[in-house]
Amino acid sequence: MNRLNREQIAARVAQDIVEGAYVNLGIGLPTKVANYLPADKEIFLHSENGVLGMGPAPTPGEEDPELINAGKQPVTLLTGGSYFHHADSFAMMRSGRLDVCVLGAFQVSTCGDLANWSTGAPGAIPAVGGAMDLAIGAREVFVMMELLTKSGESKLVAECSYPLTGLRCVSRVYTDLGVFAVGPDGARVIETIDGISLDELRRLTGLPLEMAA
Amino acid sequence: MIDKSVSSFEAAVADIPDGATVMIGGFGTAGMPDELIDALIAHGARDLTIVNNNAGNGETGLAALIKHKRVRKIICSFPRQTDSQHFDAAYHAGEIELELVPQGNLAARIHAAGNGLGAIFTPTGYGTELAKGKETRKIDGKHYVLEYPIRADFALIKAHQGDRWGNLVYRKTARNFGPIMAMAADCTIAQVSEMVPLGELDPEVIVTPGIFVQRLVAKEAV
Repeated sequence: MNRLNREQIAARVAQDIVEGAYVNLGIGLPTKVANYLPADKEIFLHSENGVLGMGPAPTPGEEDPELINAGKQPVTLLTGGSYFHHADSFAMMRSGRLDVCVLGAFQVSTCGDLANWSTGAPGAIPAVGGAMDLAIGAREVFVMMELLTKSGESKLVAECSYPLTGLRCVSRVYTDLGVFAVGPDGARVIETIDGISLDELRRLTGLPLEMAA
Repeated sequence: MIDKSVSSFEAAVADIPDGATVMIGGFGTAGMPDELIDALIAHGARDLTIVNNNAGNGETGLAALIKHKRVRKIICSFPRQTDSQHFDAAYHAGEIELELVPQGNLAARIHAAGNGLGAIFTPTGYGTELAKGKETRKIDGKHYVLEYPIRADFALIKAHQGDRWGNLVYRKTARNFGPIMAMAADCTIAQVSEMVPLGELDPEVIVTPGIFVQRLVAKEAV
């Protein structure tokens, strides 16, 4: 079975982002999606610390400690980009102006519940950042993740066991083994990777999956 | 003549009492008013409640304030980071109380205080652990959580340029929480990279009007 690697998952997500979209790429894995957005299309990247029209990482030596992304990495500003304060930045998501947000996840449920901020481990210091705001704010929340945990359990689940980040907020799940639509009608398989069968995906997830219409 | 500039960082923070609630601007280290925090450490105020997005990075700024055990409680969204060792140690030792707030709710609650509002209904966090026990309401078919404003006795912020009336402009993503914290504190103290003569800042681009700023200190003045 040929799984997609993380770069390939990022490239697959990028295919579904259209010109003119306002997009927030979450910290970590989703940041890679930026590397695969087509250079000939104008797509507006938002970062919740207060920048719209974010550009790629600066060339070494050109970093500015006062120009960073939400992951606190140095970035650049595209011509036409803008800066704003935190209340305006989160207003952009809460009021539904962000078209797409791409997030990582510990678990996603078939109805679109998201768990990505805490494993609930005792003694761990909790941290949430903008995850809950992004989950309920963007018009469409795409999750990118590996379908299975290292021990082989499906992260696409009937019901999340980890603490929730948002309820019924995810619309698509991009994984190394398939792309899924989730929501009120449950999980549907949009595409499978490299010939993996629907039956095999059912077996791996333990879910009564069907192909999307 | 009104001149809100003060001569030193020490003088700017000298009346911050023990037990005060202090907002500190910055997202990570961008916009963190390090020199004001150093002066606050030297001043010695204790049992502070701090409002910031994080809980200190590395050894400077807020991290140093926590290291010196001046913080009783912190209200923030993202305390745990690879370089938050001083907060981590204080938290595990039970020396610091944490109120974890989603980042957008943190901004909205600070903004609400600055707007003079009694409370807000926010969709963020609905149905999660962070909204447990809080009042909710369904408005036009959507669920919201009741959240109260976060105000402060003092705000310590960093801006790029300021004038003697307290008008401020910021630089790039160092703006972050500065403008809304300035609105939400009884006394806002801004450290600026440069003081400019009154009239030099374009009125069309002033981000924080001077009414929200009580004191300024220029970095080069010290």
